[in-house]
Amino acid sequence: MSILEGILIKNGLLTAFSLIGVTMLVSYWASEKLTRGRLHGSAIAILIGLLMAVLAGGKNGLSDIPMLSGVGLMGGAMLRDFAIVATAFGVRMEEFIKSGFIGIVSLFLGLFVSFFAGGVVAFAFGYRDAVSITTIGAGAATYIVGPVTGGAIGASSEVIALSIAAGLVKAIAVMIATPFLAKAIGLNNPRAAMIFGGLMGTNSGVMAGLAATDPKLVPYGAMTATFYTGLGCLLGPSVVFMIARALF
Amino acid sequence: MPIYGTALLSLCLLTGLTVGRLIGAALGVDADIGGVGIAMILLIIGCDSLQRRRLMKAPTENGIVFWGQMYVPIVVAMAASQNVLGALSGGVMAIVAGLAAVALSFVLVAVLAKGGSKEEKGS
Repeated sequence: MSILEGILIKNGLLTAFSLIGVTMLVSYWASEKLTRGRLHGSAIAILIGLLMAVLAGGKNGLSDIPMLSGVGLMGGAMLRDFAIVATAFGVRMEEFIKSGFIGIVSLFLGLFVSFFAGGVVAFAFGYRDAVSITTIGAGAATYIVGPVTGGAIGASSEVIALSIAAGLVKAIAVMIATPFLAKAIGLNNPRAAMIFGGLMGTNSGVMAGLAATDPKLVPYGAMTATFYTGLGCLLGPSVVFMIARALF
Repeated sequence: MPIYGTALLSLCLLTGLTVGRLIGAALGVDADIGGVGIAMILLIIGCDSLQRRRLMKAPTENGIVFWGQMYVPIVVAMAASQNVLGALSGGVMAIVAGLAAVALSFVLVAVLAKGGSKEEKGS
């Protein structure tokens, strides 16, 4: 047993490929046989992935288990960004340019709506200082914007932790809800995907949500979402904080 | 050889991430602004110019296409490495704040996406 364990740990990435491969196989089988294709195989696979992360229980989900640490490498930022850029192969430049303006509008709109929603909830839960309200609002943008903004304007570590949690909830909610809501919100063309990426912004949520809806839409959503976190880190401690300070 | 495609893809991403960081630094934030988007644009332009000069051979393309097809499994691995418990243990306020932002954003996607698609159908 320990020989096998040693091999699985030493060849972590291969262990991950095997595990995820079996997960995909089971998911696509379940999609076809149990839901008759109504729920996309990748949506089921992502749900199973999230469930496995809960069962593993750690801060990094499955990859906290030594034998499965390769899952963290496979799903880490490097390979994720690598694969996402590769999906742009075969996309025509005009598609991006055609929806460029609405994409930029949705980016700014998405950031302010998330800051606003998070700020309102913070206020409702009794926070009255501009620093905490801005930080929690930033967390509702993404779980990176939250701590970056909080750190810049001097929020307490408790509030920063809350902002990270809010961002994680957002990412996971987008992953799960997108395939179910896609039809209702008209998310079935490149233009809508660019709007979706700009409004949601959370990279992991947008990427998994679109993968579970229609992988062809992925490069379009990624194109706008990739600007969201950076812009949020720029606007959060500056413009948004100034607005919040004027109000409270 | 497929490695040509994979190397091109790597160069695009490395360049994009560097430019994204430089844009961030220029604006005074310690974050990447648009790195992946810039890399995608570089890849599209790069492949287009290679195809025009007929330098893009099928094996080279395969070195890019393979990674694009690995996208969904990689996202599943990403989902499996998420701090799901951390999200749930943040308390009611964190959950409400996250969900409120998502709900409002979904409504806006519907408004913006549907508004435009009608115009397109009409034209």
